[in-house]
Amino acid sequence: MSTNSSDESRLGISGRVLAGAREQGRAALVGYLPVGYPDVPGSIDAMCALVEGSNGRGVDMVEVGMPYSDPVMDGLAIQHATTRALERGVRTSDVFRAVEAVSTAGATPVVMIYWNLVDRYGVDRFARDLRNAGGAGLITPDLTPDEAGDWVTASDAHGLDRIFLVSPSSTDERLASTIAACRGWVYATAVMGVTGARKTTSTAAPILVERIRRVDPTLPVGIGLGVSNGQQAAELVGVGDAVIVGSALVNHLLRSEEQGTRDLAPLRQLVDELADGVRGESSVNTMGRVEG
Amino acid sequence: MTQPESQFPDLGGHYDQFGGRFVPEALFAALNELDEAFTSAQTDPDFQAELERLRRDYAGRPTPIWQADRFSEHCGNATIVLKREDLNHTGSHKVNNVLGQALLTKRMGKKRVIAETGAGQHGVATATAAALFGLECRVYMGKVDTERQALNVARMQMLGAEVVAVEAGSMTLKDAMNEAMRDWVTNVDTTHYLIGTVAGPAPFPKLVKEYQRIISTEARQQMLDRYGRLPDAVTACVGGGSNAMGIFADFIDDPEVALYGFEAGGEGIESGRHAATITQGEVGVLHGMRTYVLMDEDGQTIESHSISAGLDYPGVGPEHSFLAATGRAKYEPVTDSEAMDALRLLSRTEGIMPAIESAHGVAGARRLALQLTEADPNARPLILVNISGRGDKDVDTAIKYFGIDGSVDDVAGRMEQPASTSEAMGVEK
Repeated sequence: MSTNSSDESRLGISGRVLAGAREQGRAALVGYLPVGYPDVPGSIDAMCALVEGSNGRGVDMVEVGMPYSDPVMDGLAIQHATTRALERGVRTSDVFRAVEAVSTAGATPVVMIYWNLVDRYGVDRFARDLRNAGGAGLITPDLTPDEAGDWVTASDAHGLDRIFLVSPSSTDERLASTIAACRGWVYATAVMGVTGARKTTSTAAPILVERIRRVDPTLPVGIGLGVSNGQQAAELVGVGDAVIVGSALVNHLLRSEEQGTRDLAPLRQLVDELADGVRGESSVNTMGRVEG
Repeated sequence: MTQPESQFPDLGGHYDQFGGRFVPEALFAALNELDEAFTSAQTDPDFQAELERLRRDYAGRPTPIWQADRFSEHCGNATIVLKREDLNHTGSHKVNNVLGQALLTKRMGKKRVIAETGAGQHGVATATAAALFGLECRVYMGKVDTERQALNVARMQMLGAEVVAVEAGSMTLKDAMNEAMRDWVTNVDTTHYLIGTVAGPAPFPKLVKEYQRIISTEARQQMLDRYGRLPDAVTACVGGGSNAMGIFADFIDDPEVALYGFEAGGEGIESGRHAATITQGEVGVLHGMRTYVLMDEDGQTIESHSISAGLDYPGVGPEHSFLAATGRAKYEPVTDSEAMDALRLLSRTEGIMPAIESAHGVAGARRLALQLTEADPNARPLILVNISGRGDKDVDTAIKYFGIDGSVDDVAGRMEQPASTSEAMGVEK
């Protein structure tokens, strides 16, 4: 598709990944994992496994999550992992190590972080360190454009993407103002609720994406919250430009720890299944299927 | 001090740098709906008449002020006056806010309320209003708090509410608030989150303040009627800060009235085990607002500690942060032991057993009174203290704290041995 230069700049770094996938007739795959679980090196290994899958074809983008003491948008799976990561001493600066590793592994890193941690680190300093580590931008679950003055300034200064969330409950007016403030892509929370793998995909997703497209047909849309397997991922191809998977991946790590293993093969298999899914390829690999 | 109270907050809910809305986008529609319902209700005579009727006939307002003469004997030259919010139905000031928000819930056509609670007073008040209005009610309470305030858990259940123990994080008030937020994000179409304090995202700090303002509106007039003048100081305990904001509100524009908020000093500031957010915290973001927060170097919230579950919170309402920053109000810590001493002293001198939360305000008032007396022996300071709740719920904690072992002091009516009986009778003759 042809885009004029202002559209190009709106795509930032991470938006190009989604636009590129769209040109290939597929959705991009975004995988979330928190840094520091099971520990910092273990989390970085797991993120690299997301990038690689079993056969070198994994996620396009890693959403590097920073654990926080009061994560109001997170469901139980992510809470369990991030609580343990904090108990084991993860620090904000570990985010940059993970970002660097993901970037080296060949995927685009974006960071998901609750605002107080950025605020505390220093917004401009955080932006600078993120850029230097090879990060593309931030997903901010509890920061909307209303309170984002400092972040808009810092992200402009350091050339980073601003991925804000929109929700089925967003009014048309707020959809428009939020999308206007985004650079890269917009994160559509497809269900009302917190993170967590769900058995069925939301019927709200196509409606929300259509509303977003009406406001701005050029900004890529990622769909998150509730996707847990390849079939669900496949259902979202043609709806959004990226499918975001988090809790289902985290569940694998939680289960591995329960079983006392660090074998990442099951995680890679789920990534394979999801990577097939976003390409509309039907792999019925129920091994990797996770619910709950 | 120069800025009139009515100038804050701005349209975005900011008190200068404090307040605002740091919440998921999913909640904005509900926050805006709430703001609109609240704003229109403020000028709706029918709504105000119904709220007034509930306050009077259901909650038992106005609450009296009481000059605590015997307690004042321990307070230098000061006269201590108590605002008796403990006499409200359900035993605390929390009902003031809950009645207002329950009416708003009806006005918005919602059928379900959720609430967080620390000591359980807000949970009990919410469960009470839910019973009265026929609303479904779920209360989130940290697991630690369900144990130390078991009586209030039972009260909520008697009232028909579902009580959920939160086992995440520090298992106290902040974690209950997180869990309530998650519920709200999921069920926002049908559910109103009935926040119990002047904290959280806008419009809650303003809204809860307005429903608690009745405390100072009454008390200000009662002081003028009784003493012909305003108090020299107003004191209250501060956790999230709703009772303090309620009794400060109408005095904020009276510069001659000093305002004091007493935070939970726990085992002492130096111990690190406290909930003295304004005294010891730094400006950050927690639970949807920019305010003072107890946090570590990275911005992770630090667990607070207080003998009082209702003050055990590592944040504080943003307007308190604002009043602290401008110097209009002063905030100081009161330790567990100072509060428990005040609880016992007030019980024994006035026959009023305050909640442990309120006892922090009482202890602070006494400390202030002694300081003022020392500074000026000729002064006769008049100090108004908000007794935000009654202490029934805290008897269990008090038993443990004071080492009361449950044994009685004496017995009467016991059948005595025959020999000693005759001896005793002989003595009596």
